[in-house]
Amino acid sequence: MPEFTLSVNGQSRTVNVPGDMPLLWVLRDTLGFTGTKYGCGIAQCGACTVHLGGAPTRSCVTPVASVGTRPITTIEGLSGDGSHPVQRAWIAEEVPQCGYCQSGQVMAAAALLAAHPHPSDADIDAAMTNICRCGTYQRIRRAVHRAAGEV
Amino acid sequence: MARVTQTRREFLQTSAAIGTSLVIGFHLPAAGRRRAGSFKPNAWLEVQPDGAVNIWTGRSEMGQGVRTGMPMIVAEELEADWQAVHVIQADANPAYGDQMTVGSRSVQTGWDPLRHAGAAAREMLISAAALTWGVPPTECRAEKGVVRHASSGRSLGYGQLTERAATLPVPANPRLKSPAEYRILGTRVPRVDTPAKVTGRAQYGIDVRVPGMVFAAVARCPVFGGHVTSFDATAARAVPGVTAVQQISRGVTVVAENTWAAFQGKQALRMEWDEGTNARWSSQSIHDAFVAAAARPGEAVRTTGDVAAALGGAAHTLDAIYDAPYLAHACMEPMNCTAQVTDGKAEIWAPTQNPQGIQREAARLLGLGPEAVTVHVTYMGGGFGRRGGPMDYATEAVELAQKLGKPVQVVWTRQDDIQNGVFRPATYNVLRAGLDATGRPVAWSHTLVGPDGPSFMITRGADELIYAIPNFRLTRVKEDPGIPVAPWRGVGPSQNGFIVESFVDELAHAAGKDPYDFRRGLVSGQPRLLAVLDRAAERAGWRSPPPAGRHRGIALWQFGDTYVAEVAEISVQQGGLPRVHRVVCAIDCGTVINPDTVEAQCQSNIVYGLTATLYGEIGIDRGRVVQSNFNNYPMLRLAQMPEVEVVLVRSDNPPGGIGEAALPAIAPAVCNAMFAATGTRIRRLPIVHAG
Repeated sequence: MPEFTLSVNGQSRTVNVPGDMPLLWVLRDTLGFTGTKYGCGIAQCGACTVHLGGAPTRSCVTPVASVGTRPITTIEGLSGDGSHPVQRAWIAEEVPQCGYCQSGQVMAAAALLAAHPHPSDADIDAAMTNICRCGTYQRIRRAVHRAAGEV
Repeated sequence: MARVTQTRREFLQTSAAIGTSLVIGFHLPAAGRRRAGSFKPNAWLEVQPDGAVNIWTGRSEMGQGVRTGMPMIVAEELEADWQAVHVIQADANPAYGDQMTVGSRSVQTGWDPLRHAGAAAREMLISAAALTWGVPPTECRAEKGVVRHASSGRSLGYGQLTERAATLPVPANPRLKSPAEYRILGTRVPRVDTPAKVTGRAQYGIDVRVPGMVFAAVARCPVFGGHVTSFDATAARAVPGVTAVQQISRGVTVVAENTWAAFQGKQALRMEWDEGTNARWSSQSIHDAFVAAAARPGEAVRTTGDVAAALGGAAHTLDAIYDAPYLAHACMEPMNCTAQVTDGKAEIWAPTQNPQGIQREAARLLGLGPEAVTVHVTYMGGGFGRRGGPMDYATEAVELAQKLGKPVQVVWTRQDDIQNGVFRPATYNVLRAGLDATGRPVAWSHTLVGPDGPSFMITRGADELIYAIPNFRLTRVKEDPGIPVAPWRGVGPSQNGFIVESFVDELAHAAGKDPYDFRRGLVSGQPRLLAVLDRAAERAGWRSPPPAGRHRGIALWQFGDTYVAEVAEISVQQGGLPRVHRVVCAIDCGTVINPDTVEAQCQSNIVYGLTATLYGEIGIDRGRVVQSNFNNYPMLRLAQMPEVEVVLVRSDNPPGGIGEAALPAIAPAVCNAMFAATGTRIRRLPIVHAG
């Protein structure tokens, strides 16, 4: 079994897994970062979104062998204590319902705001494509605007 | 702020995940037991000597806010300081009554017992203080976790009263607060689960980690009712990480060290199926069978007056045929369950709306008494009925755990979830109505063809209209194509709302009346319906023309004791699909526990219903589900989200349900707006197929 050394939330972790194993499952089942969720396995829903080298990435279709040295940030590593402006905005707007998609939504929003500190509604439409079955979209939009300028 | 206490299982999971040793002694008190020094008069609450208050919730949290709402009711009557409240999810346990979290009824059915539980404890704490001071209890009052004796200025915190309160009898008829005295109910209390849900700490079923556990995926027959005849697991066993292949009653499982290896192994299985008799069905043949069945006599569900005579004497009659499709639930968290069976005991971790059902079913499968089966309820990544009645996801795990002799988590792929699931029933509906010369409806006839299933899933919402129509008949004809059906958010009204409120709109236009005025005239004697209808129309600006290019539709619905009116404002896009810009939703759900949660549930129902209205359809080909994932079973996304404005119509009536009430009206509101825009009536959902 090949060996990969990954940088996850600032820590170096070595795993022995097949190279084609998606990063999602390495994170969840090998390393125990269960905050990142499985939703579809085909990059449709975004529940598995993590930051790879700072870019929002759907980890369910990202083979671990393709990660290389790019740092990985998961929801657990975004702030550690829920103090990231996006997390604070999510709490202030009471965004989550079932909450299952929200790790991915928060990671997508954090990446959007890092790239566009003051996104327009059109920017949000384009960047926030993650599926939420509970229908929290209206609150997600408000929370992104609330966090704007703080990331 | 109140918070969710980490439960023992979550603690164990966290411990396992971070690799520390287990601390066996760490536990939270079980229902009915109390820790030394604490005051625990019933299963619902416990006051600790430090003043902390534990409140248990017996129902399952799937996004609807019950883990916050039910404890708010207890805390209100207890006069607890909400900041001191810890909420704990109960395991399956008869102490919590029926724990089935379905039908939007948790708060409705919990309203009286939870208030009494809190009020009884409050009176006992007051009595304990009165005894301590040697004063009459009537001179003492409780306020935010403290009992005060006004005339002497003395006070004691709840934590200081636990020992004495625990010795007192539980009052049978405690005084309940009046709504004017509420401090917690009716306020925007932050949800207790939000912090864990934005940091990845919330533990869903799929996140359960038990020492020594393995993961499994199941290959099930793609045709409903089929079964395995033989299989070749050579390639599956060769997948790195696969440790076993095991047949169970519902298919063949691949067991592995991680979920992905289990999925890969399942993919590598070579399966031979006996597809059974259902392989002959397709969407077209099901439709044809429904059409043929509509000519059969059927069962009279409800009849009032003489429909045939009234239709014969009507000045104007209308006929229409409406179709509703099969739908999948597509919860964001795919079905899963973790189980361990050892030494005549079973422990199950389930994202479930039905922990007691799983307990009973597991006990039956294993030949154990229910008391030997522990069911822990995790957070659910959506329920929508999929995790209510059906228990397929749990029984597979229990059966496999017994065969393996080790803990196992069975995880469904998204494809399994869409293709091997249970579905909202499809129905075929023949409607005929008559208007008198003044445009008032005098007769309504509805023949509803659909699969076998309980009436709440098939006929509810079509069986009794909110409108006064003197001659009414609903006939049900059963035609079952073997597609397994299950409750789906909104149950019968999820399809019958579309059918009834669209046809009512047809009647309004046939009568030459404004659809809002037409409904107003028919509910004039029903103030709660009239109020939501008026408030929705007023907020939506119904009497003023919509912005250029936009069109409005209106619908009205009663779901149990909750009343909802919705106005959808749409434009028609290239290709003929509506773009829904704005939805006004006026709701009277009686006493409001948490207005923010009511608003969230209205938004949620509108999105869930709008997704189905625009795109939702499960097609059948050779007895198999055609769709497989979100690429071909699409969901509404943020860019298509309308602005939803919720108008709360307040009342002091007992609380009604909110988890489904706003769903039935959205499809007809949108379709009625489409008629206003195009003059074409949509009688078959989803709209994407209407053109």
